[in-house]
Amino acid sequence: MKPKLILALALSSLAVLPLAAQAGPIDAQLATYKAAAAAADAQFTAFSAERGKAFHNRAFGGGKPDTPACASCHNENPRAAGRAPTGKVIEPVALSATPTRYADPAKVEKWFTRNCKEVLGRACSPQEKGDWLTYMAGQ
Amino acid sequence: MKTKFPLRPILVAGLALTASALLWTEAVADGKHFFPPVTDTKVVAECGSCHMTFSPAMLPARSWQKMMGDLGKHFGDDASIDPQLNAEITAYLVNNAADANGGRYGGKLTRGIAATSAPLRITELPKWQREHREVPAWEWRHKEVRSKANCVACHVDAERGYYDDD
Ligand code: HEC
Ligand code: HEC
Ligand code: HEC
Repeated sequence: MKPKLILALALSSLAVLPLAAQAGPIDAQLATYKAAAAAADAQFTAFSAERGKAFHNRAFGGGKPDTPACASCHNENPRAAGRAPTGKVIEPVALSATPTRYADPAKVEKWFTRNCKEVLGRACSPQEKGDWLTYMAGQ
Repeated sequence: MKTKFPLRPILVAGLALTASALLWTEAVADGKHFFPPVTDTKVVAECGSCHMTFSPAMLPARSWQKMMGDLGKHFGDDASIDPQLNAEITAYLVNNAADANGGRYGGKLTRGIAATSAPLRITELPKWQREHREVPAWEWRHKEVRSKANCVACHVDAERGYYDDD
């Protein structure tokens, strides 16, 4: 537990990604997104929980009108449960509130693909995904 | 007057536990409105993430086949999955459909639909609509309900397959 907390703190306060400091699934996922983000943008340095938070709450115009933001289904407060338009309750997306999350990279990618299309009307960039995950890991 | 169960538990929270306990024993006894819940964990993971996992006994096999053939356009959502998993889930749904193994429990919801039609919505089946004709409009719009397909909002034991309340 401890190393995870330290990692999360490092990520959110210093915004520095410790290279291969830990082998947890969310860290492996972040390392993959980091490599992709760096490849796409030479200026890229690190993910930011601040940007991730803004992304989570921002109302985009490109997707479905009834779900303009990630927060539409996942709650503005990621530590609280959310709700889909179908009425179904969704467990909190903050890692601290639902520790079983982000354990399966294929699942994470599948939902980024679906939900980004739903909210933004396009795929999310590696940086957007990394920022959002960083925010959730630190919550 | 018969206890009108649905939605009351939401509005009168205190009654929920007693009512659902009663409901359950009665439903076990007559099994008239029992729809076996999905036991396959892969199906639950894929088909129970955006909404409750609907019992395959609520639609005929041909409906499931049609739905699984077009998951990319699933009621406005992209619910597509890889072909291998799709085949496994389709097999499960078809085997337990209203006109297959699910039928023996009384998948009576599908009664009255033409053999040639493959309805995709449970909530548009004539029998479902008849059962719900007395539900007032404000209940469907209630913030805990939101959608007709949100069975669990009113039928607290829906996840376990029970919809009886009389
Ligand atoms: C229409 C409702 C909806 C919207 C809008 C939505 N999501 Fe989701 N999201 C879900 C559902 C449903 C799940 C799967 C159920 C679960 O994991 O509890 C999910 C799961 C996820 C997961 C996988 C979590 C895990 O445990 O691995 C990620 C990542 C995710 N969403 C990110 C996002 C992001 C980023 C946005 C905004 C771009 C977003 N979601 C917007 C409904 C939504
Ligand atoms: C990405 C989200 C998502 C996933 C995954 C998903 N569904 Fe759906 N499904 C929906 C939405 C949205 C509706 C429309 C619900 C509404 O009207 O409230 C729906 C509706 C349905 C309905 C009709 C409900 C009614 O009105 O009677 C059935 C049946 C159904 N889904 C079955 C499935 C099956 C089987 C799977 C798994 C292969 C699945 N769904 C996976 C989003 C999803
Ligand atoms: C807004 C609340 C509400 C929602 C949502 C709802 N129902 Fe119902 N349901 C009712 C009411 C009220 C009755 C009528 C009970 C009666 O006649 O005593 C009923 C009756 C039924 C019955 C007949 C039970 C009996 O004993 O006669 C079935 C089966 C059923 N619902 C299935 C479903 C399914 C499946 C869904 C989701 C796809 C659903 N319901 C969603 C309120 C709801």
